[in-house]
Order: sequence, then structure tokens, then C-alpha cells
Amino acid sequence: MSALIEVKGLDKAFGGVHAVEGVSFAVEAGQVYSVIGPNGAGKTTLFNLISGIYTPTKGEIRLNGESTAKLEPNQLAERGMCRTFQQMQICMNMTAIENVMLGRHLKLKSNLFSTLFRLPALLRDEQSCRQRAAELMEFVGCGEYLDTEASAMSYGALKRLEIARALAAEPKVILLDEPAAGLNGTETAALEELIRKIADQGTTVMLVEHDMKLVMGISDRLLVLNYGRVLAEGIPEEIRNNPDVIAAYLGG
Amino acid sequence: MVNRFMQSRLRDLVFLAIILFALPAFLSNPFHYDLATQMAIIAATVVGLNLLVGFAGQISLGHAGFFGLGAYFSGIMTGSYGWSSIPALLVGAVLVGIIAWIVGRPILRLKGHYLSMATLAVGFIIAIIINNETWLTGGPDGMPVPSLDIFGWELSPFGSYSLFGMELDGNQAWYLFAALVLLVAVWFAQNLIDSPIGRALRSVHGSEVAARVVGVNTASYKSLVFVISAIYASLMGGLYAHFQGFITPAVAAFDFSIVLITMVVLGGMGSTMGVILGAVVLKLLPQVLADFQELETVMFGLILMLTMIFMPKGLLPTIQMAVSKRMKKKAGGQA
Ligand SMILES: Nc1ncnc2c1ncn2[C@@H]1O[C@H](COP(=O)(O)OP(=O)(O)OP(=O)(O)O)[C@@H](O)[C@H]1O
Ligand SMILES: [Mg+2]
Repeated sequence: MSALIEVKGLDKAFGGVHAVEGVSFAVEAGQVYSVIGPNGAGKTTLFNLISGIYTPTKGEIRLNGESTAKLEPNQLAERGMCRTFQQMQICMNMTAIENVMLGRHLKLKSNLFSTLFRLPALLRDEQSCRQRAAELMEFVGCGEYLDTEASAMSYGALKRLEIARALAAEPKVILLDEPAAGLNGTETAALEELIRKIADQGTTVMLVEHDMKLVMGISDRLLVLNYGRVLAEGIPEEIRNNPDVIAAYLGG
Repeated sequence: MVNRFMQSRLRDLVFLAIILFALPAFLSNPFHYDLATQMAIIAATVVGLNLLVGFAGQISLGHAGFFGLGAYFSGIMTGSYGWSSIPALLVGAVLVGIIAWIVGRPILRLKGHYLSMATLAVGFIIAIIINNETWLTGGPDGMPVPSLDIFGWELSPFGSYSLFGMELDGNQAWYLFAALVLLVAVWFAQNLIDSPIGRALRSVHGSEVAARVVGVNTASYKSLVFVISAIYASLMGGLYAHFQGFITPAVAAFDFSIVLITMVVLGGMGSTMGVILGAVVLKLLPQVLADFQELETVMFGLILMLTMIFMPKGLLPTIQMAVSKRMKKKAGGQA
């Protein structure tokens, strides 16, 4: 049985800068797998590679055993991958719930004819899509914003909204890039609860996060990056006691 | 559960219908009807263009090209080859759709200024072909177009008709027909926007990368909306040709592309009612400022620039915001 995500010898260079260099690891289905490291370590770049936004300079990524080299982000989404962004990506020209409904794009079959004439079948689908989206917004804790314009929402609420959108796709694996950034203590605690709930549903979670308390408490395994290279990999206990990691964090 | 679109959609459609059917009370001569009919046809074109520009966030500076293709296809097939109007309009729309798909696929990878330039070039090429293929199009002198026939029933500005016992002259009948066409164009546009397809289109504008990671094939959706807006333009071009009875390459010219895009920007990108208002205002303006005719293109360019600087949301959304702000203030004052 191969891992859900398998990364081998991954390299990404921007001009002369090696943002990711010789990175290998594997994520098993059902895990909460975190990637940590100092600023500029290459965590976001790694997520961009895994989600198909960047193409690797070298190396290979396999999702469920299939090489993702030729797959666009939308094709990876079809195979069950979804993500959020460190620089939030919300459609500000839509309402909150429409953003979440967008997440169900692949679940909705629609043709132009039934769209133009607004046939009952389409309306029924939309109705249940909206229902599901509303539930998800409740689940992530922004249920009170349904028809609010996204542009009128607070930062913390938008961060949760982005997670709801990703969940709406019913992904097998969800990639969260610094979901706790900019959140206060209470919000971070709520987020930890939320990530646990997501994991409990059987969704594999990949997490980039600077909040050590959150990461150590929630992760099954961790990958530590430094200057694009793997510094350490293992369970939280091993990482906490790894001298290289301690040096990198205290020294850097 | 009712969403915001459902509410505003019905309201907009009813509002528009009332205005369109009440307008004849203020139209007193054939010239007025002629102008109102042109407005309705252009407005429907702009409603289609707005799907591309306002909702999907792409640009076309060559849309008159598709309007012109539709106009000339209808003109040539009905005038020179004896086709009936409806098949000419529909086949023209399909052909224009195919052309838009073929050119749209590669150029919609471009962004910003590059996309502007590419669409500009598409419009220019179409205009040049229409100008040069004199044997087919009459060249710069233009060509006559037979009046519209709808399965044997002829609609001509020079005819006379009776509807529910009312006597209508040809211009009045054409106006009513164009008003109906505009309503249908708006209804289709609204249905498209408030649907999974519409959400995907708007997400291309809102955040292309977010769209892609939730599974939207953004390239396909850009092509789709480009094709749809081109089909709108083609159909309206065909109707325009029949209504005018004579067309010149001006219908496909760069100037007209700029007029169309200015209507969208001035009225309010992403607001269907807004762009209709934009079409009305900019169609009226030359009538009011008839003395400055040679400066028309300059004027449109200026309006485009000033709107983008001082009123980026456009006329109608800006008015709506001002009104709702005042109402809130009032409500706040009473409380
Ligand atoms: N598109 C890009 N073009 C050029 N350089 C890039 C690009 N993206 C990232 N880099 C560089 O790659 C390195 C890693 O960046 P990355 O954003 O992956 O770091 P990170 O670990 O996510 O940092 P942070 O914790 O600050 O989010 C940095 O030196 C960055 O400047
Ligand atoms: Mg980062």
C-alpha cells in the first residue's frame, strides 16, 4: 500500500534561488502532516508544487500512486486535493456563501441549456448545494455571514470561509497554509478544534503553521524545512528533541 | 431559501419591462422610435459583453468585429442568397461562436494589456476583411439588407401592423420587438450569472488561482464566456442590419468597439441594469452634442478614462450605493 502523497527528490529553483531542494517525504491517508520551518524555508513553495500551481524543476510527486507532473490544479482537485492560501484567495466579487458554493464546483453537473432556461433540475441542485454550503459555514464557524458580501467580512472570518470552500469540494486531502496567521488566541483555539474535526472525518490534512503549540499538539508527523532542504522528519516527540531543529529555531 | 440574485433578478426584470413598455408614451415621432430601437439592440449587445468584461473580468476591444460579422452574415445570406432571416441569424451566430472559440482559446491566455491588444487586433482584422471583400460586402460603400422576416411574417420599419387591436406603424412594431429581445437577453444573462457556470465565471474574475484549486478549468470558462458574448454580439448585429436596412463597415469598426466597452465601463461593470443605462446614456449623448460630431471618438475615450478614474464602479452601482447610504442615514436618524 503506497502513501497518499509521495514526494521524491523535489526541487524548485527560481532563477538562482533554490526554494525547495531535494525534498522527499510521504503522507499516509488520514494523517495530519505538518510542514514547519523559518520564514523563507520553502513551505509555501512546497504547497504550490504539490497543488500543481508550480511545476517542479526536478523530482516527482505522486498522489495515490499517480504522478502529478502533467496535472493542472483543477485536475488535482478532481482527484481529491484542495487547499487554502497563506495570501488568502477569496472571490471578493461574491457573497460568502457563493464562495463556498464555488467549492462544490466539481460536484455540480450543469449544462448551458438548463442554465440559460433555469430548468427545475438545476434549481434543485443549486438548492442542495446552498444547503450544504450553509452547513459547512456553520461547521467552520461563520454561519452568520451567509449572504454577506465577502468584501465586508473580517480577516478571521474570511480565513475560516476559505477552509469551508476547500471542504466543500469534499477533498481527500486538504492543504492549509498558515491558517492561524493573524488569528487571536481564541480564534486559534477554535481553528485547532476545527482541524481536529476535519481530521476526524477521515480527511488527510497537510498543514503549514508557525504556531508551535498548535502544530505539536495536532500533528501525526512533521517535516522541518530550512533553506529549502529537509532538516528533520518524524513524529512531534522526535522533532521537539532534534538538536538540528532546536539550533535552527533558536539560532535562526 | 432565496438568494440575493433571485430577489434582485425579478425586481430588475420587472423594472426593465415597465420602463420599456411605458417608454412609448414619451416617444412622439418615428425618429424617437428609431433611436429607442437602436438603443435596445445595442443594450442587448452590451449585456452580452458585460458577461465577459464585468463578470469574468476579461476584456474585448474588438467586439464590434463580432457584431459586424453577424450583421454582414445576415445581410449577405438574406440579401444575396435568399435565405430567410431566422436561419441566417442562427447560422451566423453559430459561425461567429466558432470563430470566437478558435481565436479566444489562444488569446485568452493573455492578461491585461496583452489581451486588450490581441482582441483589438481581432476586431481590426474583421473590419479590414469586411472593408476589402467588396464583391461580397459592398466594401466601404456598404450594402442594403432586406427587412426582417420571421417565418414569413415581415417586420419592416415601413410596414404597418395591428396588435391586440392597436394600430402600430413599422417603427413602433420594431421597437416593441427590440424591447422583447432585450428582455430575453437580460433574462438569459441573469440565468447564466446566477448558476454554477456563472459562479465559475465570476471566480475567474475574483481569484483565478482559487478557482483552479477548487476544480474550475479557467481556460475553458474564459473561452465559453468569450463565445457567449460574441454570440450575443452576432445576433444583435444581425437584427441591427435588418432593422437599419443598410449596413456599412462602421458596424465592425474600432470606434464602435470602443463605444461598446465604454458603455460597459460607464454603466457599471458587472451590473446588467447598469450597462443598459450606459448604453442609453452614450446613445443619447451624440444626439445632444450633435455639434461635436467629429470629436465623438475623442469624447468616448475621455468618458472611458474619466469613469475609470473617478467612478470605477460605474454609474448605476455608484448611484445605488449613494441612495442606500442616504437611506441608512435616514433610518439611523429616526432610530
Ligand atoms: N514565485 C517566486 N519567485 C521567486 N522567488 C520565490 C517565489 N516564491 C518563493 N520564492 C522564494 O523562495 C523562497 C521560499 O519561499 P516560500 O514562500 O516558499 O517560503 P515559506 O517557507 O512559505 O516562508 P513564510 O514562512 O514566510 O511563508 C524564498 O526565498 C522566496 O523569496
Ligand atoms: Mg509561506
